[in-house]
Amino acid sequence: MPDGRIAVYRHPLVVRLTHWINALCLLVLLLSGLQILNAHPALYWGNVADFGSPFIAFASNSGPAIPHWLTLPGWQDLAGGRRWHFFFAWIFVSNGLVYVLDVVLSRRVTQVLAPTKEQLRHIGSSIREHLRLRFPHGEEARHYNVLQKLSYLIVLFGLLPLMVATGLTMSPAVDARLHFLTEVFGGRQSARTLHFLTAMALVLFFLIHMVAMLAAGPLTELRSIITGWFVIRSRRKLS
Amino acid sequence: MSPGVNATLEHAEGWTQAVQRVLLGRHALAPEYSASDISTSFRANGTINPDTAEYNEHVRTGFADWQLSVSGLVEYPLRLSLADLRRLPSRTQITRHDCVEGWSCIAKWSGARLSALLQQAHLKPNARYIAFYCADSLEPGPDDSGQYYETIDMIDALHPQTILAYDMNGRPLTVRHGAPLRLRVERQLGYKMAKYVMRIEAIESFANLARGKGGYWEDRGYQWYAGI
Repeated sequence: MPDGRIAVYRHPLVVRLTHWINALCLLVLLLSGLQILNAHPALYWGNVADFGSPFIAFASNSGPAIPHWLTLPGWQDLAGGRRWHFFFAWIFVSNGLVYVLDVVLSRRVTQVLAPTKEQLRHIGSSIREHLRLRFPHGEEARHYNVLQKLSYLIVLFGLLPLMVATGLTMSPAVDARLHFLTEVFGGRQSARTLHFLTAMALVLFFLIHMVAMLAAGPLTELRSIITGWFVIRSRRKLS
Repeated sequence: MSPGVNATLEHAEGWTQAVQRVLLGRHALAPEYSASDISTSFRANGTINPDTAEYNEHVRTGFADWQLSVSGLVEYPLRLSLADLRRLPSRTQITRHDCVEGWSCIAKWSGARLSALLQQAHLKPNARYIAFYCADSLEPGPDDSGQYYETIDMIDALHPQTILAYDMNGRPLTVRHGAPLRLRVERQLGYKMAKYVMRIEAIESFANLARGKGGYWEDRGYQWYAGI
């Protein structure tokens, strides 16, 4: 670019589209999921609900356990919450399949997302730099850093598939045919609890994602995930 | 929510039902457990006592004069007492009950196989659903009595685990849990498993029953196919 800055094409169109569709889906799934939780705001381990000793129970002094401003619909409506949840679950899974196919077939998973041995060797210093909110600049920022890669891999190939698997496990029809899923998770109520805990892990990821985005430069970051072009500020200006 | 938004969201039920029925197969059995898995405290949900004069009289007499009527698209309409039902081919199963609210409990159910009963009644070829009408009414509306009812299709009606349970955990059903008869449809959520079944009807379509969605809760926004 004329002022000496370099722009790299970091995010192909498929990555950008699936990213934003995914973000919307996760928002709707979270809010409708909290609506569904309100129908029985207690979580258990095992196959059945031991009502006397839940693992976690949510309650409030007045009103619903999860406040209505955090649920979709914004009033007590289990039927409505399920409608939103299962419709957007379909969009989320379809979108996810498109992304996984693309990222595997285009080799993006190995070329962009997989950490290099060099990066893994220096993971300690990367953690320290991040904790000091010192982000890579210039040429160092050309590629995802090791913490980005690991967290994206964990989310994309760990947490998100786990949401689908624990969700499907709660289906009595799925349980009839694929009972091994229920057993892997330790029972139907364990699957429900894991579904919630994994959702909370995703919320935590989102918060860190936002902090990192803001600290690294929100305009640059947003521009790159909308237009695809990531501007690297080079320290030196060309005359 | 606006009817348009609801109609769009409701499409997902069709996708889920189609995919589940195709991928999971008609014959898969819901898992069955052992006696040690039975829940010590099985929540009684929905109506726990229909409390009508007629029902209370039946409870008082131990359902001695009670009869289940089987009618509609059948060659041989039936009227069966509890003793008759106990003589039909039966099944005992220890299964997990999943409520739409999210909780689960395990119990042992014994009852007449619905497939055997329907075989005796001889379904007509155009029978596509079995409707169950119950003794309890929840909230009546201007357009219906609020009577609890449910419908299932022939895949579930003829499934080996679909029974009209008269015993729970080795004893006759209590009022709380749906005496004298509770439907079990083990691959779907609890609201499909109607309590207080009084009358069964083989039908071609449920569009003309109450608000036309195939069940009390379906009329109020829940899915007819409750496999998930």
